Amino acid sequence: MFISLENVTYIYLPHTPFELTALKNISLTIERGESVGIIGRTGCGKSTLIQHFNALLFPTVGKVWIDGEEINKKSPHLREIRRKIGLVFQYPEHQIFEETVYAEVAFGPRNNGMTGSELEETVRWSLESVGLDYHFLKDKNPFELSGGQMRRIAIASILSMRPEALVLDEPTAGLDPEGKRMILQKLKYLREERGTTLILVSHNIDDLAHLSERIVVMDRGTIGMDGPIRDVFSQIEQLEKYGIKPPTTARIAELLMKKGYDIPRGVLTPEELSSEIKQKILMRSHQ
Amino acid sequence: MIEFKDVSFWFSEDETLIEKKDEVLSHIDLTIPKGEFVVLLGRNGSGKSTLAKHCNGLLLPKKGVVLVDGLSTIQTEQLWDIRQKVGLVFQNPDNQIIATTVEEDVAFGPENLGLHQNEIRIRLDEALTIVGMNDYRKKEPHLLSGGQKQRVAIAGVLAMHPEYLVLDEATSMLDPEGRSEIMSLISELKDSITIFHITHYIEEAVDADRVLVMDQGQIVAQGTPATIFNMREKIYNWGLELPLVTETAWLLQLQFPHLYPSLPLRAEELVTALCSSV
Repeated sequence: MFISLENVTYIYLPHTPFELTALKNISLTIERGESVGIIGRTGCGKSTLIQHFNALLFPTVGKVWIDGEEINKKSPHLREIRRKIGLVFQYPEHQIFEETVYAEVAFGPRNNGMTGSELEETVRWSLESVGLDYHFLKDKNPFELSGGQMRRIAIASILSMRPEALVLDEPTAGLDPEGKRMILQKLKYLREERGTTLILVSHNIDDLAHLSERIVVMDRGTIGMDGPIRDVFSQIEQLEKYGIKPPTTARIAELLMKKGYDIPRGVLTPEELSSEIKQKILMRSHQ
Repeated sequence: MIEFKDVSFWFSEDETLIEKKDEVLSHIDLTIPKGEFVVLLGRNGSGKSTLAKHCNGLLLPKKGVVLVDGLSTIQTEQLWDIRQKVGLVFQNPDNQIIATTVEEDVAFGPENLGLHQNEIRIRLDEALTIVGMNDYRKKEPHLLSGGQKQRVAIAGVLAMHPEYLVLDEATSMLDPEGRSEIMSLISELKDSITIFHITHYIEEAVDADRVLVMDQGQIVAQGTPATIFNMREKIYNWGLELPLVTETAWLLQLQFPHLYPSLPLRAEELVTALCSSV
């Protein structure tokens, strides 16, 4: 049990006219090494939820455990928890402030007292983890780079704290297709090669299809669905009820089923879908 | 008609181009006739936003001319007329809204035209009805969703009665719901106004009359959506991607070469063609 929420309710500005209940009695456990996608329409509480994962917010009611320790405002290890669970906000490149890529990525570990060759090695490792060339970029001004590169530098500056889990809020928003592909590919690498626990918040269901094994669907502050990705993504009517446009692959599978092709709805990628269709075509031509 | 005649642009103040790589637009020739729905695709940094900002003289060509119904954007005395003809909507909805209620925001433009109060009222009603935001007219813009804010921004432009609507990545910061709100608004508007939609989402080009692709400051391809969507290899080289439907059809075609005479753009087309040929 790596991150665990038990009956968590979170209320913004309680006892004021602006009181807003963002999370209602949520229970959720995420194990070490999992890759979880969190999806839901704007305002469903996704961002509030993930801020509980690294002790940026504390529940109004309920309990949060991180790595075996119950967390509250007075916990002695908050700093360590925030290092362990790296949170990448939406448009993280807006928070870049240093004048060189090196200084930006080194900021966190340097604050923790790291110096010399250890620091240099950490910066190099972090940049390489997101597919950026250390020597080429380290002295560059981050503000002169492309949007996709800035986004990856912002992610690298979280990775430099060597987190055990990475929580990302809409990591591909606003990027062009190439920038998006690059981010998804690097996150997949971190997960598969480094065993980083990945928690991804996204509106884009087709992005999650490439990366997540488990999907949590949020709906007005509660959890609407939670299960293996293929189970969740094949429940088209249910997804639509929560305002989520089903994955394109599932919609095609659905149309084909109406025409008498028995295609499983849980197909996730064009590769899977086309190979299912191929099999069905070949079966028919043999009959 | 908006015409680009051999337009080149670079950002430095120098009159002459120092280095070829600084050229953001390079010898653009382009005509957008009245009534057309044109989609411009291209990766970040390809020059598409710079091109958009030339349509109403927000940026001026370093070489060549941009003409709007025959008026050149270089002639400062014509800019007022040009900007009334060509309305621009930008990427970030939060940067375009200035007033404290939806209706004040939409009325801002017409008020500045010095129109009579009654005329402003008529235009306000009309614009808010078109974008489907009539019920929100007294609301504070910051309480709206991204898609709603963008619809308010479009209403503000429509209230100026423009002849051309240029959408400069107006969907790129929106969630899927917001994007489909804007795309269905575009399909309602496209019969009554010329639309020039700039985006990096290729699936937003499915219903266009004509698709243009930019890369490195040049228009590298143009044609019907079907023509462009069938250039798979080039599309990836231009930093774009195929819609999932077209990609699936392409994969199928590797095995069954005669399945699709032309790669389909929509899920229904993929399925219909498949069922009729097998």
